[in-house]
Amino acid sequence: MSGQENSTDAPEKRTSVLLAPGDVIRTGWADLGRIPKWGFGILLFGLLAMLPLRTPPFLDTPGISFGATMAQFVMVAIIAIGLNVVVGQAGLLDLGYVGFYAVGAYTVALLTSPSSPWNQMGVNGFLHSDWAWLSCVPLAMAVTALAGLILGIPTLRLRGDYLAIVTLGFGEIIRLLADNLSDITNGSRGLDRIAYPRLLENQQRPNGVFSNGNAAGDMNYGTWWFWLGLILMVVILLLVGNLERSRVGRAWVAIREDEDAAEVMGVNTFKFKLWAFVIGACIGGLSGALYAGQVQYVAPTNFNIINSMLFLVAVVLGGQGNKLGVIFGAFIIVYLPNRLLGVTAFGVNLGDLKYLFFGLALVVLMIFRPQGLFPVRQQLLAYGKTARNLLRSADDEKAAA
Amino acid sequence: MIHQCADQVVCQAANINFNVDGLLNGFWQLTVDGLSWGAIYALVAVGYTLVFGVLRLINFAHSEIFMLGMFGAYFCLDYILGFSPSGNAYNKGVGLTILYLAIAMLFAMLVSGSAALGLEAVAYRPLRRRNARPLTFLITAIGMSFVLQEFVHFILPRIIPGYGGSNAQQPIILVQPKTQFTIFGASVSNVTIVIIASAMVLALLTDIAINRTKFGRGIRAVAQDSTTATLMGVSRERIIMTTFLIGGLLAGAAALLYTLKVPQGIIYSGGFLLGIKAFSAAVLGGIGNLRGALLGGLLLGVMENYGQAVFGTQWRDVVAFVLLVLVLLIRPTGILGESLGKARA
Repeated sequence: MSGQENSTDAPEKRTSVLLAPGDVIRTGWADLGRIPKWGFGILLFGLLAMLPLRTPPFLDTPGISFGATMAQFVMVAIIAIGLNVVVGQAGLLDLGYVGFYAVGAYTVALLTSPSSPWNQMGVNGFLHSDWAWLSCVPLAMAVTALAGLILGIPTLRLRGDYLAIVTLGFGEIIRLLADNLSDITNGSRGLDRIAYPRLLENQQRPNGVFSNGNAAGDMNYGTWWFWLGLILMVVILLLVGNLERSRVGRAWVAIREDEDAAEVMGVNTFKFKLWAFVIGACIGGLSGALYAGQVQYVAPTNFNIINSMLFLVAVVLGGQGNKLGVIFGAFIIVYLPNRLLGVTAFGVNLGDLKYLFFGLALVVLMIFRPQGLFPVRQQLLAYGKTARNLLRSADDEKAAA
Repeated sequence: MIHQCADQVVCQAANINFNVDGLLNGFWQLTVDGLSWGAIYALVAVGYTLVFGVLRLINFAHSEIFMLGMFGAYFCLDYILGFSPSGNAYNKGVGLTILYLAIAMLFAMLVSGSAALGLEAVAYRPLRRRNARPLTFLITAIGMSFVLQEFVHFILPRIIPGYGGSNAQQPIILVQPKTQFTIFGASVSNVTIVIIASAMVLALLTDIAINRTKFGRGIRAVAQDSTTATLMGVSRERIIMTTFLIGGLLAGAAALLYTLKVPQGIIYSGGFLLGIKAFSAAVLGGIGNLRGALLGGLLLGVMENYGQAVFGTQWRDVVAFVLLVLVLLIRPTGILGESLGKARA
């Protein structure tokens, strides 16, 4: 009995390690209980949060504050998670995602910048200056979700290729609106002095830790924004993760894999596509609000269409559909240019070449690993672990034979 | 933005306005000017539409093929024909100017055509061998678009000094825009005549090539049903290469015409917006449909100009995109409908 078990056990392990090295980690993780999972997660994010305080020398970014780099990373990571819902989960190619980012940022800016005609943060406004940024965040998310709805209703009936180009047009229209409506948005001069959270104000830091006056040391405003963004990112990860495992998530996967089949099986494809679009937009708006608060300045050039492509690179690089993978993708696209900023080779600043490298990476990746660095392994959602194990063992038997 | 206020009509830089009088007064002028823009869009749009018809692929990097064509035309004028950049136009007489332009156009077509073939071989062929998903193709196209832009931005100046880089090339102006005659009160400049005439000739040649020749029949067959076409003895790989070549050649020709209209527009990022517009034009006319692309291009150019006159110069691009969205809502397959295979007419 025991001898027999051993003989079937050995090839199974070997083939599964060879065929899919990630599977060992995946099954190991799936077998863990709820408490160790949470413990491990908290430990991991705690370590990540400590990075700006105790930066390992090989990671540090010379010439630019590591805290600021990480703050930028966490914003792009939130965007990548949102875009992943649209592109990775529901399979809708959105090339104008930067438009939602811009809507979020401009909502906060228009309501709190003194240069804006709609400024509500003052004597006559309804926003108290201590709470202005925080109260604008849900508002920004709501406005962006509405923008997603307005864009989604007419366009989501279109086929995939058309959707890509229409969203691209949308992203460009948003930027042009910000540029052209100079009575409201101050045009290309942008809106400055945007509100930010006022916290821990004291003698050394008269405007609190989130102000860009707090620029010295490791605990500078970049680090604080990184922490704030990290908390929001974890919250969004949990929410999106729950959505993924729900009816909505299953509908998205069905639409992504075969829209017609999904429709035939009774999935209201338009409704769920719209949901994906709106939720993705909402998350993009949140990131935009964070951006507006941290930089305290928005201008149309920050929302060029090339940024949209960059966000897409993050999602594709990390692995469409894998929400932890896309966070890694976001890290790469933010960290590498900042790391290579001062480095020159052959008389060219390597930081300048980021688009060249990302472009090459995309082309090479699509040929050799089209699912990204960390491909998502679609689980059999209907039957769960048992069915998956059955299938795997069948595979292994075939491989052993 | 490179599109400057090229018209002599209303050019106000205020916020949005609604100037119908401007449209009515300058109607014919706007139409003539819009047609010359539209001719350029149409030539570029053909490249998108043919590749889409055959491969079902949005060749996002086609705008960079166009951009390389602009640099090719400039290189030809500068290095080969020996014109140095100068603020003033060269006046070489009609015959000689046309000869020089033809040489530059051929060179630009050569550059763009070989770039398109290279793009196909390097980026798309490996994907076809692996039966990649459509999204994979599109992402590769975006990647190649980055690569080509940044190549001209950073690497080209190290290979040919004075080319590429962050700034636009110093313009070489062969033709000084000059009014030749007026029609319905609209002045028609020599640049407009050159653009519209050469675009018409090229469009006609392409139409004949697609609808009348053996290769054209092959292209239509592959577009209609590639498996059956292969069974009937059509070499799919050769057809795909031809398709990319035709698209590249026309993009090169369009690039030279564009530099006549906007001499200061030769810059690494100069193809991007024009590419999006040309793609919009292709979608407008019905993507995958050759005549649709030509019609869509002209229509987009003209409508854009009308919109610019009504709402103000800075709304030009917004008008183009809103038009695209509206057409897709009302008629999702474009004006003439899709399918290169069935576009026999």
